[in-house]
Parts: sequence; structure tokens; C-alpha cells
Amino acid sequence: MQDDFRSIKIEKDKCQGRMACLRVCPTQAIRVRHKKATILKDRCIDCGECVRACPNKAILPQTSSFSDFSKFKYTVAIPSPDLYYQFGKDVLPSTILAGLKKIGFDDAHDVACPSEAVSIALQELLDSNNLPRPLISPFCPAIVRLIQVRYPNLLDNLVPIESPMEIAAREAKREKMEELGLKENEIGTIYLTPCPAKTVAIRNPPRKKHSFIDGAIPISEIYPTLLQALTHITPESEQEKQVRGIGLGWPIVGGQASSLKREDCLAIAGLNDVIRIFEEIENGKLKDIRYIECHTCPTACVGGSLNVENPYIARGKVLRLLEKYGSKPCQPREKIRELYQKKYFSLPGKIPASPAEPLDDDIQVAINKMKRKQEVYDLLPKIDCGACGAPTCMTFAEDVVKGNAAADDCVFVAIKKFESISSDLLETILKHSRKVRHNENLS
Amino acid sequence: MRMDKSYSQSFEITGNNFFDAGKAATEVKMILKQIGINSDIIRRVAIASYEAEMNVVMYAKRASMTIEISQEKIKIVVDDEGPGIQNIELAMKEGYSTATTEMREMGFGAGMGLPNIKRNADHLKIESEVGKGTKVEFVIELKESARGGSKER
Ligand SMILES: Nc1ncnc2c1ncn2[C@@H]1O[C@H](COP(=O)(O)OP(=O)(O)O)[C@@H](O)[C@H]1O
Ligand code: SF4
Ligand code: SF4
Ligand SMILES: [Mg+2]
Repeated sequence: MQDDFRSIKIEKDKCQGRMACLRVCPTQAIRVRHKKATILKDRCIDCGECVRACPNKAILPQTSSFSDFSKFKYTVAIPSPDLYYQFGKDVLPSTILAGLKKIGFDDAHDVACPSEAVSIALQELLDSNNLPRPLISPFCPAIVRLIQVRYPNLLDNLVPIESPMEIAAREAKREKMEELGLKENEIGTIYLTPCPAKTVAIRNPPRKKHSFIDGAIPISEIYPTLLQALTHITPESEQEKQVRGIGLGWPIVGGQASSLKREDCLAIAGLNDVIRIFEEIENGKLKDIRYIECHTCPTACVGGSLNVENPYIARGKVLRLLEKYGSKPCQPREKIRELYQKKYFSLPGKIPASPAEPLDDDIQVAINKMKRKQEVYDLLPKIDCGACGAPTCMTFAEDVVKGNAAADDCVFVAIKKFESISSDLLETILKHSRKVRHNENLS
Repeated sequence: MRMDKSYSQSFEITGNNFFDAGKAATEVKMILKQIGINSDIIRRVAIASYEAEMNVVMYAKRASMTIEISQEKIKIVVDDEGPGIQNIELAMKEGYSTATTEMREMGFGAGMGLPNIKRNADHLKIESEVGKGTKVEFVIELKESARGGSKER
């Protein structure tokens, strides 16, 4: 059921089976069979690495297009704050928000300010006791998915707080309903996304029924039009109208953790490092840490696969903007505290586990298959060449015992088989020719 | 010939190798996840095998960790070459530790390792010979509900 929400689709016509995706997928979710890549849905976490890697641009995230929004009377763009860092160093967020109105949205709603609000809500939350330790940030949807698939034990560690993008969309709808007398379903909120993972979180939010966001468009898609529009905008000169606050730092590694102003928080980016930390938490370690900010992308969201700017350059811009506008809060802390008390930020629902398929549903059969898997693996060259269409010899052995591949799909196994057949054959031929010669001699 | 109904695999652990510390426990978890053992059991095995592995890293020279899993139970044996434990009863006490200051600075040595193994396992057996080594063996039983990471699948 959940699979319908997965974001990544491969266009079979464009795919030439070039294997780039096979090598980058961090969860070994891709196989190349009959020269076409396929995704094992129970393992994919929507990280977007394969989208980035495909030389044929055959792997695409499922996103919306502008025409999908014609049904709304009023549209509001909800740009991920990464958008602020995609343009020249002097282009300020206020200019970008104005640009979005120029290219066809009726309005644009900033997400940095709600990010600041969430930082304050997190500060409040971390002051309370009786919470699992360490808490894990839930704002990278690919991380949430990784936990559902591989670390169900850590589901309770995910912070039960609404994400800044949802808060922005909820506020945008509320404001416009009041201001324009529109119904909620007449206002379309459109997220401008840095990655495929966020689009999945919008279509299938893990803790609730519906998102406040109605669709998502990749930042890379609106980039050219927006870039053009920006040249015609006179920058906002009033300091007071600039986007400000610690929320501006959220798109980079450490942005969340440092906004919490405590020493027992960590920031981790890149799936391999995140996995190492999750293994430790599962082993009962890191109880002295209160909060871990986790990102799938090694440079956090400025490095999302649907962004345009080089993530390190974007990071530089974040730091510059933070220095200039980061210390002035965008809303009174007291107001946020009050909202927190009223549970404005809380997300009570439970996130379901969704573990990758085991070798078998019957435990004894699974144990037998595990043994068989080891036997198959012992036959393999262990060089992870990928020629069989599986990313590693180990995953190939697993495919074989699950019945999804044949051992001699491995060229090395096939060659060995061929060698033994041909040496048998050679022996038979020699034997017969000897016999024939012997008979000839007799006659 | 009787078909062996269990699966077993061994992993090497090297003393003082803090870089690889935790790898054996990770491998064990990977096996259990593939077999489809439920997450509660996995958490118990994880904590117990990690503590046993860390004790080798901290106090012994080398060891093998062997996991044997059948439909009924998971058995883990950590057999090390090392100094051995003089007084097992004392070592089992919560808070008892001979960890060095350096180890404590790295966040180890709370003296909770062996007690945590005991808490998470259904059976625990420790044999030790001073000057030779220690063998820590524990079992976690798999009852009816052991299978399946979740009902939601
Ligand atoms: N494999 C081992 N070899 C030698 N000594 C050990 C071993 N495992 C535990 N010990 C001894 O038992 C003590 C208690 O172990 P444990 O409960 O794990 O606490 P900790 O590791 O924090 O000291 C250790 O400090 C050590 O002296
Ligand atoms: S989106 Fe990520 S997890 Fe999914 S198939 Fe692509 S690389 Fe693998
Ligand atoms: S780190 Fe940010 S950009 Fe990357 S997948 Fe997660 S949410 Fe998306
Ligand atoms: Mg210990």
C-alpha cells in the first residue's frame, strides 16, 4: 500500500542499464536486469542519490507540474529555505520571495521563520524529562524512512514535532482563508523541494493523514524562470522586511543543533555516518546525548539532489546570511513558548515500522535460506563487480536464495560451470577417440 | 544424515581495536534482521553482544564471537584469549569496573556491561581462567512472537 507513495520512478525507455545507480544506492535497493534498472521498493528510502547519478536522466522523482495547480483559486509557494542560497551572494531571501510572485504564484511564504519556531519548540521539548535518549531529528524524510526500514527500534526516538514546511503551509492557509475569505481547499500550497524525499513526506506524511502541502516542484525546475525574474526586482531596502533568525541556518549541517544552544546535541550528515550512529544507539550507546540532527545528504539540505548551486558555495552563503541576520529573532520567543504549551507543534501519531522483506516469513525457512545464502556467497568472487545486476556479491547471494536470480547469472560461476562442462566434454571426446583408434588398430 | 536446523557464523574481535569496536554486534544484527527476528529481540541481542564485544576490545587480546540461531533460540558465544576474570561474582556487580581513566574518558567503564548482558539474556554463563581467557555465553529464547519486525508489514 505504502509503495504507491514512493517517489522515485525509472523511465524504462531512457534506461540503458549503465549501472551508475546500482553503485550509489546506499540501501542496495537497485538491480539491473535485462539491461534495465529496477528499484526494490521495500528498501528504497527516496534519498535521490540515483537521480543524481543517472547519466541518462532516466530516474526521476515524482513531483507535480504547474498545471496541477490550476484547480486552486489561489496559490502559495512554500520554498524550502535552500532556495535562498541558490543565487548570487547579494540576492536576499526577500528578493527571492518577490521573484516567486513574479513567476506565477499568488504569494510566497517563508520557511526560515517557522524553522526558528521549531528550534524554540525543540528547546522547550529538550528541557522535559522522560524522553527517549537520544532524540533523533525527524526533518529529513529519508532518515525517517531508513529508521522504518532498518531500525524500527529507534522509531520512538524520532522527535514528535511538526516540520517547518508543514507549519509554514498551515499558516499560509490560515492567513489566506482569513484575508481572502477562501476555503482551505481553494488555496494551493506548493513546496519548492530540494529532494525527492520531501515529496514523499508530503504525499504520505508518516505521522498523520494529510499534509498541509498540496504538491511539490523541484527547485531545479523553477530555477531558470526564477533566475530570469530576479533580474527585474528591486531589492527590498527596509531592514525590517528581511527574512531573519536562526532558522536561516537550517539548510546546513549543524544548523538545527546549534540553534538549540546546548552542548548535548550532535549533527550528523551523510548516510554512512548516520548508519554508524544508529547502530550505536541500537546497541544502547549515546544515552548522554539529547538530540541528534541527522541528514541523508552529506552537506545537508543545501546538497539536496534537486538543488542547483554547489552545496559548499551555498553553505558559504548561509554562513554569511546567518552572521548578518541570524541573531535577530523573527518572532517573540514568548509567543512560541505559548504555542508550544498549547501543543501547536506536537505530532502525536505513531510512525509504523516497515522493515525490508526478510529472507522468508517462516523463521525456519529463513534460517535455511541464510545457510544457502552463505553457500552461494562462498562460490562468488567477492569483488562486487556488479555484472550480475546486483550491487554486491552478498546482495546477489541473497537474490539467488530469494529466487530472484540464478547462481550462474554471475559470470564467474558461469565460467566455472563452463570449464567443468568443457573438461568433462574433452575427456569424453578423448576417451571415444582412443576407443575408435583402438578399434581401428584391431581391424 | 540429520539436517542441522540452525545457522551459525563467527566473527573475529581484536583487543584494543577501538576503531572496529561494535562491528561484530552489527554483523549479528544484520543476520537477525534478514531472518526476520522482531525488533525487541534484536535490541536485546544488540545490547548484550555489544557489551560482550566491548569487553574483549577493552580487556582481552582477541576473541571469536559466534552466533547460532535456530527456531527456538539465539545463542552467542564470545570466547577470548586474555587475562581472564579473577572474581566473576564481583565483576557481575553493577558499577564494578577495572577500566582505565582513558577508557572512562571515551565513555566506557561504567561497570554496567556484564549486568546489562544478564538483564537482556535469558541465560548467561561465564567461564574464565586467569591468564588464559574468558568465555561468555548467553541465550535469548525465541517464543511465539519472536518473528517479524512489525505487524504493519
Ligand atoms: N572479557 C574479559 N576479560 C577480562 N576481564 C573482563 C572481561 N569482561 C569483563 N571483565 C572484567 O569485569 C569488569 C566488569 O565488566 P563490565 O560489567 O562489562 O563493566 P566495564 O566494562 O564497564 O568495566 C571489567 O572492568 C573487567 O575487569
Ligand atoms: S532513491 Fe536512494 S534508496 Fe531509493 S533507489 Fe535511489 S539511491 Fe536507492
Ligand atoms: S538531507 Fe535534506 S535534501 Fe537531503 S534528503 Fe534529507 S531532507 Fe532531502
Ligand atoms: Mg564492559
